[in-house]
Amino acid sequence: MANAIEVSGISKQFVLRHTRSIKETVVWLAKGRRGDLSKKFHALKDVSLDVEAGETVALLGLNGSGKSTLLKHISGVMLPDSGTVRTRGRVAGLIEVGAGFHHDLSGRDNVYLNGAILGMTEQEVNDRFDAIVEFAEIGEFIDTEVRFYSSGMYLRLAFSVAVHTDPEVFLIDEILAVGDEPFQRKCIGKIQELAERGKTLVVVSHDLDLVSRICARGVLLEQGNVLFDGPISEAVSRLRS
Amino acid sequence: MSSTTQELVQPGLGRGLADVARSRFLLKLLVRKELKVRYRGSVLGLLWSYVKPGVQFIVFYIALGVFLGLEKSPRNPDGLNNYAVYLFSGIILINFFTEALGNAARSIVHNGNLIKKIYLPRELFPIASVWVSAVHFFPQIVVLVIACIFTGWHPGLFELLAAIAGFTIVALLAAGLGLLFGAANVYYRDSENIVDMLLMIATWASPVLYAWTMVQRQLGDVAFAVYQANPITVGVELFHYAFWFPTTNGSSPMPPDLFSLWLPVGLVISFLVLVLGQITFRRLEGRFAQEL
Repeated sequence: MANAIEVSGISKQFVLRHTRSIKETVVWLAKGRRGDLSKKFHALKDVSLDVEAGETVALLGLNGSGKSTLLKHISGVMLPDSGTVRTRGRVAGLIEVGAGFHHDLSGRDNVYLNGAILGMTEQEVNDRFDAIVEFAEIGEFIDTEVRFYSSGMYLRLAFSVAVHTDPEVFLIDEILAVGDEPFQRKCIGKIQELAERGKTLVVVSHDLDLVSRICARGVLLEQGNVLFDGPISEAVSRLRS
Repeated sequence: MSSTTQELVQPGLGRGLADVARSRFLLKLLVRKELKVRYRGSVLGLLWSYVKPGVQFIVFYIALGVFLGLEKSPRNPDGLNNYAVYLFSGIILINFFTEALGNAARSIVHNGNLIKKIYLPRELFPIASVWVSAVHFFPQIVVLVIACIFTGWHPGLFELLAAIAGFTIVALLAAGLGLLFGAANVYYRDSENIVDMLLMIATWASPVLYAWTMVQRQLGDVAFAVYQANPITVGVELFHYAFWFPTTNGSSPMPPDLFSLWLPVGLVISFLVLVLGQITFRRLEGRFAQEL
């Protein structure tokens, strides 16, 4: 199979800037406090990762290990300082569900807006609209403003839009922990179904039992380095040890 | 399977404004969202886009037209014919520019949550802001046209083209500066203040409230040429030509070389600003996600 994702030797350095004001920058420079302006740290150090089409990969690691940063590089939200990222086909991110939702719009408007944000065409949203609403179990509330939704409804709708974008590569960042039990099962079922249909999945989660069920391969990150890359069971046991 | 036939591509590298043209559906939805959200829960709704410029117009008209004597009247023969139309045709264009640039400059930071999480052509946000302002501009131009018709306006094709050219110049400029400051605002949040200052200057640095002849009298030829090179000045003068000039008896002179020289100059400068804005935006956007 061909690679769906090729990450070769990417490094990312974050500059933590302590001021966002031109005024303070000028004052600090004048006072010789240049060192106070920013601090740097490496979020990713020479990370390489090839994912074949149809693989299910979990990115594991403690907080701050660079999992989400790596995911953002795959989605294109961030660009690496060095190295290259290449992907094949449409990549959709469930990077924080509902990022594109607007509280003052109705569910229907949000489905269209979010679908378009995730790269769907007008025709695609029209065709899949009913399926999206049905999966989300929103029913008659679809024309209600999203601000009145319970957090569960909100999440269900957002998740539903994302899974219906039908991407080749699916990026999932820490979203499965939310929602009630039945819907969570439904989501996991949907994700497993996507995997069976040959979609590529990259999952970031702290729920190790969950990722063990969904993913076959685990990549363990620590402070921006790949510590381990192999079967999920081994990756999980290493992280737990 | 379709995925194997597709090429590997680098994510996150857009084609800039070309991508905006490609995402027309998303642009349309963003504009609609902005309009819906803005007027949500307001009884007057879109009427607000009449009320504010209406009040502003009355204030300027009384203060400048009547008190400072810019309006032509039997006691004040040196004033401008139909000062009300003169003022209004300029003011709506300036208001369009002010709103478009002000919102475009804030658009990236406002949509930071989205930009941090999902990749999409980020140029969409400033462009959508300009678009929304154009939607607000439309009812005002309807009011202007009605006022012009009552004061004896006979629109010709040439006038119409002049108005379109004026609007295009100002819209391009607003989009270009919007991209520039929208990106700069991510890195330095107080660049908003620079925009606010620019907007204040813009109102007074073009012949919206006064006549261009007053400027020419005070400035030398060189300085006046600099004044004329401001694309907003050209836009406002084209609007005057399109809407106000036909309602007068033709005794008020139009700026020399407006069509042969300043119209192309305005277009070229606005276009260059747009190119500059796009280049700056693309240089800075790679780090938007981490800076927001």
